[in-house]
This record gives sequence, C-alpha cells and structure tokens, in this order.
Amino acid sequence: MEEMVNLQIDGKQVKARPGATVLEAAREAGIKIPTLCVHEKLAPYGACRICSVEAEKNGKVKVVASCGYPVEEGLVVRTNTPRLKKIRKLVLELVGPQATFEGQVGGELRKLADENGADINRFAARLAVKSQRCILCGLCVRYCDEVIGSPAIGFVGRGIERRVVFYPDKARKVFAAGMEWATEVCPTGKIGAESDGTYFGFTIDDFLAGKL
Amino acid sequence: MPNRLSSAEELEKLRAEILSKRDSKKPTIAICSGTGCETYGSGVVHRAFLQEVKAQGLEDKIDVRATGCHGFCEKGVVVVVFPEEISYVKVKQEDAAEVVEAVANNKVLDRLLYVDPVTGKKIAKEADIPFYKNQSRIVFGANKLIDPKKIEDYIALGGYSALAKALSKMSPEAVLEEVKKSNLRGRGGGGFPAGTKWEETKNTPGNIKYAVVNCDEGDPGAYMDRSLTEGNPHSVLEGLILCGYAIGAHQGYIYVRQEYPLAVENLKIALQQAEEYGLLGKNILGSGFDFDVGTHRGAGAFVSGESSALMAAIEGKTGEPRLKYIHTAVSGIKGRPTNLNNVETYATVPLIINKGADWFRSIGTAESKGTKIFSLVGKVNNTGLVEIPMGMTLRQIIYDIGGGILNGKKFKGVQTGGPSGGIIPEKHLDTPVDFDALTDLGSMMGSGGMVVMDEDTCMVDVARYFVDFLCGESCGKCIPCREGLRLLQRILTDICNGEGQPGDLDTIEEVAEVMVDASLCALGSTAANPVLSTLKYFRDEYEAHIKEKRCPAKFCKALTSYYIDPTKCEACLICLRNCPAGAVNGGKGLIHWIDQEKCTSCGVCFDVCPPRFNAVVKISGEPVPPPPPAGTKVSRKKEA
Repeated sequence: MEEMVNLQIDGKQVKARPGATVLEAAREAGIKIPTLCVHEKLAPYGACRICSVEAEKNGKVKVVASCGYPVEEGLVVRTNTPRLKKIRKLVLELVGPQATFEGQVGGELRKLADENGADINRFAARLAVKSQRCILCGLCVRYCDEVIGSPAIGFVGRGIERRVVFYPDKARKVFAAGMEWATEVCPTGKIGAESDGTYFGFTIDDFLAGKL
Repeated sequence: MPNRLSSAEELEKLRAEILSKRDSKKPTIAICSGTGCETYGSGVVHRAFLQEVKAQGLEDKIDVRATGCHGFCEKGVVVVVFPEEISYVKVKQEDAAEVVEAVANNKVLDRLLYVDPVTGKKIAKEADIPFYKNQSRIVFGANKLIDPKKIEDYIALGGYSALAKALSKMSPEAVLEEVKKSNLRGRGGGGFPAGTKWEETKNTPGNIKYAVVNCDEGDPGAYMDRSLTEGNPHSVLEGLILCGYAIGAHQGYIYVRQEYPLAVENLKIALQQAEEYGLLGKNILGSGFDFDVGTHRGAGAFVSGESSALMAAIEGKTGEPRLKYIHTAVSGIKGRPTNLNNVETYATVPLIINKGADWFRSIGTAESKGTKIFSLVGKVNNTGLVEIPMGMTLRQIIYDIGGGILNGKKFKGVQTGGPSGGIIPEKHLDTPVDFDALTDLGSMMGSGGMVVMDEDTCMVDVARYFVDFLCGESCGKCIPCREGLRLLQRILTDICNGEGQPGDLDTIEEVAEVMVDASLCALGSTAANPVLSTLKYFRDEYEAHIKEKRCPAKFCKALTSYYIDPTKCEACLICLRNCPAGAVNGGKGLIHWIDQEKCTSCGVCFDVCPPRFNAVVKISGEPVPPPPPAGTKVSRKKEA
C-alpha cells in the first residue's frame, strides 16, 4: 500500500493519498471548500479561483487553488480566512455583471454569492458589460473535449475579449446525441435557457463576423 | 559544405585557419543591420558600400560587413570603421562614396561623426561616445564585430570554445556546478537562479528532457532579446547546447516571435551552419553528445512568454498558462522535464563556462551578478540598448549613458519591467539597479525595458496604457486577471476622462490585492503593478484628476483646454491653418482665439505655435479665460 501523506486542514489532521489535490483531501475529510469550475470528471483547470485556500509550508503562506494543488507532507491548509473570504467575494462581484440575466443570477452562482456575501451587481454600472450569462468557467468547453471527446465548443479571443463559441457542424452532431450534460454543467443556466435542444445561437461564425 | 568537426582540436584548427586569412589591420566598414537600422535603410546602405568599394577598386583593401545591432538605434544607420573604431551616425546610401574615400586615405570624415549634445563636440571613436563609454558590453559587445549570418565570424571571436571546453574537459555536473556557482539569475523577468532551475530539470527522472529558449519578448519598448538573437544567434545557441549537455537534454527549442522575422531568419541560418560544422546534431565535436534544436514561431501572444503557456504553444495547443504547482522543470513539454530560460540568460552561459563563475561573480551586486541589457527608451537624449553591470544606479543609466532628459525637460519617472513592472520616481533614482532593489521599489527588472518619462507624462494615463495593453494580452482564463483588468481599465479610463468617483482609489487597491493573491499566473499577479506603483508615488495626481478634475501633466484630453494668450499672439495664422477642427478664429492681423466648443484638445496649435511667440497655453483644472472681443487687432509692439 502507498504511504499516505499527512497534512492539516483547518486544524484537522488529514491523511491523503500521494498525488491527491488539497480539494480532494478536504472533501474526503468532510471539509467543504467552495468551487465553481471544478468537475469530478475533468482535469483541474484553476480559472475561477473560488476554491482558493491558504497553504503554509516552511512558515511561508501562499494562496493557491486547492483544485490543483497537490498534497504535501506537513502542509498546513486554511480554507476560510478573511483573506480568502475577500477573494471569493470579489471574484463573484467581478464576474457577476456578465453572469446575470435580467439583473439576477441563478443556479450555483446564486448560491455562492449568497454564501459569500457578494453583491453581484456591485460593479454592474462601472463594468457596463453585456450580460452574457456566462462566466467563462470552461466547463462546457472542457466536458465536451475531455469527456464527450469532440471539441465542438471552444474559447475564442484573448483577455477581456474571451468568449465561448460553438462550431456549428460539430456541435450539431454532438448535441444530437443528447445535451443534458451541457445543461447540467453550466453553472449559470445559460446553455439550458438559450438552446432549443439542437442548436446554439453563438457560433464561431458570429464571432468572426463581429456579432459577439 | 564544410566537414563536420570531430573534436575540440579541430575547432581550434578551424579557428586558426579563419584568423590566418584575416588581417586585423585591414580596414573593415561595419554596417549595423539590426532591425532598428534596417528601418533606416541599412540594407540599401550596405549595398551602396559594397558597390562603392568595388567602384573605387578597393575590394582587396577594404572589407565591408553587415553586422548585428550596435544598440545606438536612435542614430541609425550606424557605421563603424575598424580597426580604429571610428563611428559614423545617421549614414545614408549617398554617404558611401565619401566614407570609402576617407577609409582608403586613412582619414576621418568629420561631417558624419557623432555630436555630443551636452558639449557640442564631435567624437570620432565609438568608445569615447558617452553612450558607449559607460557601458560594459560583455554579452552584447560581439554584435558589432560579427556578421550574424556567418558562423565563421563567431568562431573567429572564440565562438563555441565554451562548448568545446565543456564537451572535452567537463562533465555535465561540472557545467551545472559552474552555472550554479555563478549565481546567474534569469534575465527574462523573474530573476530565478538559472542553476537551480537546471538542477531541478536534471534531477527529475526521465530519459527525455528539453531545453527551451524564450524569445517571446513582448514588453512595450523592450527589444534586447530580438537584437541579441538576430545579431549574435550563435551565442544563444551555444548557451542552449551547453544547457542541454548539463541537464541531459537532447532536444532544444527556440520559441521566437513571428514578429521578429530577421531573428527567425538568422536563427535558421545559424542552426544550419552549426549543424554543418558538427556543432549541433549527432555526436557534437566527436563527444558522443547529441543535441537537436527546432524553432517554434510564436503567434503574437504576450502571455505565451509565460512558461507553461509557451510550452503549451510548442505542443500545438492554445498558449494559455496552466496550474503550475508542479514546475515545468519537472513536467513541461509533453509532461517531460523542461528547462526554460530567456535569450540573454543563455547568451551569458558560454562566457561563464569560458571565464569561470568567479569572473562572473566579480561583476555586479551581492545577489545580482553579471551585467544586464536594458532598452533605454522614452524621453532621453540617447535611446538604444545598453548593457551595464548590475548595481549601476538608475541616475547613471539615464544621465551618463542616456544623456539626460530630452529637450531639457524635467525627469518624472522611469518605468522598468514592462507591464509587470512599475514606475520609479525621482527620489529613488540613486537606487542601484539589481533584481531585488527594483522589486523593493514596487517595480521589477523584468526583461529589461526602461522607459523614461518627463514632466509632460500623466502617470494615471501611463497606468491606463499598461492596463489597456494587458486587457488584450491576458489570456482571459482566470477571473481575477481578466475581470480585475477590465474593472481597472474602466476605472482608470474614467479617471482620465474626468469621471473618476470618490472611492475609486480604494476599489483599485481592493481589486489589485485580489489580483496579486489569486491570479493563475504571474501575468495576472503582477498586472496591477503599474497601477499600484503610480498610486504609491503619484497619488496626488490621481486625486487631482478625481477631486479637482485636473490633469497635473496637462496631458489627459478631457481635462485639458487650449487657450491663446492674447498678449502673446502675433496673428501669424499658423495655428489657425493647422487646426483640424476649425476651432481657431481670427485672421490676418487679428488676435486668434480658440472656440472651446469646437476644440478637440488635440494639441496641434500648441505644437505649431512658433517658440518665439509661445502663445498657446494648456489649462487644466481652471476655467478658460474668455476670448478677446471679436476683431481685436494685434498691437505689434516690437515693430513700433
């Protein structure tokens, strides 16, 4: 049997298998770390930073994404300090305006906002972004690629121009086989709400034509 | 095709052979052919010199050589005549005949010499020009001596002798030890000790390892990696092969920006020539060590300079950073241990192997050894590439080498480290430049960009510029970086437009703190540095914009008005004719005045008003005085 790794999470001694992430170790020990872009079937991605934790090693504390940070012997992890609460709250407030639909957000995002005391519309006026109902978590993109095995959805653009688009021909084929998974992984409910079950309005062609 | 060299002795024999055919006393006209001089027409100038030497029948008496970048880019086309090293600046093709004649008669052509802007004196020898005199060009110095398209030029200067020494007399461990001992720190930005990185790659188990050169230089205003790669590609290549030998890699990559066509071209030629001579490929110099190198052209993404993004790009994936809690030294390209260093870092390695770690450690400060190349640009008299020993102060760089601020203006700040760096004010000009001192000031060494700003620069606008840049250059993957930048961009744009709100500065600091803590990669965690450093040193400027709707530098258009002082206007019609908005009123003999409703604050009137009148003034934060009554005539006191 493999030697287990000993670490401490929120004061609790935890054993984890080597190669596990801090998030996995915490979950196994019954310690809840909030997440947004994590999915059990997908590789760690580290985009949302909601799962940030403080990791202390040799007296040095740094903020890391628990979804991808590997457990280490003697590591001391804290999951709910003021510094982390501030990160979670601000991340949700920053991404809020583009995630809203008619001024509100639903699903997982609503829950997280309430739990972290985030005012989703705090920067709405300042950011003046189009409500995309999408936070670019990449769950649909990654699930389609990593689980379905057909990259019919992808990111385009860089920086603040980043968008999710569908490649029409591929996407039609993928979704013809059932699209429950896409509705399910989307944390804002966009995919379920905006698709007629076979087709999506926001395609690569729209992006190239400058419509998005 | 030359025979592949099969030992260190054969390389020495080749070197002796090359040198025996060269006469060190024979005059050589070296024409800088870097991208900077190329834009001034160095290609044409080079051809003109070749033709002229031929026309004057001097082909066997004078050599003409197209060399790498000399660094004094502002004075291009730069031509240096060896062996005396007479420097001619701003040379045009029509000057070729006269220069050749002067060289043939062992004379100096006075009219093309550099004029010192401070003393007004002409300086003949390159080494006497203050811009060069105060530098220590140990890495960059060979550029002017070699034709980067000819490996023989590099070999003549002792090129590949470090590789020959390592392969014939040193174990890979000994090479690694020397680099570790030298305390060479990464020249690409982070300043991480190269030896430590090499060691981690070397010690990670695995048969397949990679060594990679990062030539994805993208900081605005920085171009030392380009000039080194295109001007002396073999020095980079030799460093890369040495790294491969030390860490046990047999495949190298050079990731070079697509926007650097000359660097790509010269690298390809260098790779081919090195291969032909047996300095690359199978059984290098008969040592049994194999090493191949491929080039990968970057598709113009700034973020691809980040190590994990660069490696993803080499694999053919999107150039986006990944979670990097496992170092790329352990799991890089295709999950294999991969060492990544910057161009300048690699180019320094052959010198360390040849001259020893102790020699290298004798240059620089306690924790930053050796020299660093900076691209000194902005509002200084002498712009170009400067190589200085670590520890020289910012003031020495800007004033002794850079010749001070342009047009006698006042210094305001110097931006170092590109979009990840910060702006350093006057009071810290005597800081010795090294990795740690710059970081302590809230800036960083970065890859070596150094942009000097004068009193006319608005620091809020500078911060806005860098945030704008990063809004398009971040990959957009993680929320703190993407959305943090978007919010900073909105707030800074508002402040520049006079629409800043109370509490904006607190919001900036709040967002910046989370960006530092929670971003996925270093681009995001350093992205707020230009904002934070200007906020730290120039907070009053931010406050003036927000509270008084005033831009102290009188730069931000929305907060700056233009006004013609009726007591100074001589009704010369120049501003009236040049105003693109038709906002200047008046006429012949009538005092001009600006219709504030029509004025777009473009500043053309200010620029064209003759200095002897100096009638156009900028106003910010105060009401603009009313214009003189219609039809007020100029009273020409001077003529009366």
